[in-house]
Amino acid sequence: MVNVYGSKATRFGFGDALVELGRKDEKIFVLGADTVSSVAIDGFQKEFPNRFANVGIAETNLLGMAAGLAVAGFIPFVSTYGVFASGRPWEQIRTTICYSNLNVKIGGSHSGLMVGYDGATHQALEEISIMRCLPHMTVVVPCDVVETKKATMASAYHAGPVYIRYGRETIPTITQESDKFEIGKANVLKEGTDVCIAACGTMVYEALMASEILEKEGIKAQVLNIHTIKPIDKQAIIDSCKKCGAIVTAEEHQIFGGFGSAVAEVVVQNCPVPMEFVGINDTFGESGKPADLMVKYHLKDVDIVAAARKALTRKK
Amino acid sequence: MNTDELKKVAVEVRKDIIKMLELAGSGHPGGSLSAVELVVDLYYNHMNFNPKNPTDPNRDYFILSKGHVCPVLYAVLARLDCICCDELCTLRKIGSRLQGHPAMDKHLPGIEISTGSLGYGLSIAAGIAKGMKTLNKANRVYVLMGDGEQQEGSIWEAAMAAPHFKLDNLCAILDYNGLQIDGQVKDILNIDPIAEKYKAFGWNVISIDGHDFKQVDNAYVQAKQCKDKPTIIIAKTVKGKGVSFMENVAGWHGKAPNKEQTAQALAEIEAAK
Repeated sequence: MVNVYGSKATRFGFGDALVELGRKDEKIFVLGADTVSSVAIDGFQKEFPNRFANVGIAETNLLGMAAGLAVAGFIPFVSTYGVFASGRPWEQIRTTICYSNLNVKIGGSHSGLMVGYDGATHQALEEISIMRCLPHMTVVVPCDVVETKKATMASAYHAGPVYIRYGRETIPTITQESDKFEIGKANVLKEGTDVCIAACGTMVYEALMASEILEKEGIKAQVLNIHTIKPIDKQAIIDSCKKCGAIVTAEEHQIFGGFGSAVAEVVVQNCPVPMEFVGINDTFGESGKPADLMVKYHLKDVDIVAAARKALTRKK
Repeated sequence: MNTDELKKVAVEVRKDIIKMLELAGSGHPGGSLSAVELVVDLYYNHMNFNPKNPTDPNRDYFILSKGHVCPVLYAVLARLDCICCDELCTLRKIGSRLQGHPAMDKHLPGIEISTGSLGYGLSIAAGIAKGMKTLNKANRVYVLMGDGEQQEGSIWEAAMAAPHFKLDNLCAILDYNGLQIDGQVKDILNIDPIAEKYKAFGWNVISIDGHDFKQVDNAYVQAKQCKDKPTIIIAKTVKGKGVSFMENVAGWHGKAPNKEQTAQALAEIEAAK
């Protein structure tokens, strides 16, 4: 039985955290880029108009001004859709923010295929790859609204630049307030011995559902929620691989260079075991109902199950 | 400092630029030399900057958006005793605090943020200026840009934002020397009429001769007095100013002088005293 405690879009976790942070700390400054209410930062705007700026459809300036505000001593949070928060201003993030190790926190909303009807131009599928390769950058991909709020709160006082990846669509809430959250520490959600399913973001729920299917076939899957892609919890991955002898990764993201690759870097160097990747296979998305897209692009529990079975055939 | 004293400082700064580039074996003389009067007057007469306390929270900020001309900044910081003159010999050497483009991670006093990728400094300066407004602080923000740099689209996002947010504590300076790497700016990608463009974007625009200390000084004074609008000082300059064989030659954008050229350059600069 997968415990579900409700359902809510993760962007509201980001937005709620900002308001709470804003009430505690005058150094919190928030910037938006014409997508203010859809990325749920309008709550902060309403309560702290003096510490908010909407720079319009100008994402390079969004990140540049955030960098300036960090130099001026603020803790700036920016948010817009993932493609435009990470891709368009990538060099500004690299050279202005990461190279100077500035305290800028980037909320990349509307990630993944589940953006839905807007289609490929707005479905961010690359942020993990292009953010984790930057020195000083911390990358967090929370699994639900509760975890997104915790990640946002934690990022404010985590030194240096942070990228938080979350989404537009309503998804199941699978963690609780009382669950521990620490940047850089993965959580074992379910113990297992036959195969480890390591997932991040929206795929954590699918991983739990997959483990239920596998259980009925007598396969005990460990489910590991790796919310922090960088710095990745190497020990948790190594422990899981030693215990299970096979690993599957799952992400709502391109396979090339993404979450699975980050996990593979640890596996290959420390505990090589049969490994399979579930993710987007080098293609762009398209318009459609979010749930239908997840099926079409093979990002469901059944796809994780198939990958697990494949990994198990190679297990010695 | 009066004009005569400033001219003496400018001579020393030009000599420092040539010497440090020759020792480094690489770097950017042209755009460093064109900016000398602009940076000297700013630091000696206008910036609220204490070389003994470079992180004073009440300081003015200077962002070198055209980061490749860091030799002029390093030379001025050395003349102000913010860094040691000897350290200028370490420009671009491995392990040096004086990186080829200003680097914050080397903790050189007087460097607010790493720059060098063109087109970002105006946004950064706008962000700092917005921060000062939010805190009701009187700190001013200065940003030096190049003219080739105006070709970057990111400049124009910031150019829209600064007047929109009424950042009258922001003063941009455009080192309008007419040249970039591949030739004249007007031939590569024409930026003119640049003054009219900034005016249309809502800026207070002051056009001057960037090598005339009186005009430079007056411009900084006027900028401080302008309310509700950011100011841009468009300074007509000569790339390579002070060295006859470098003046107005695009090839001296990013090439260090050899020993003979250095000797000739230093002699010419000294003679102009």
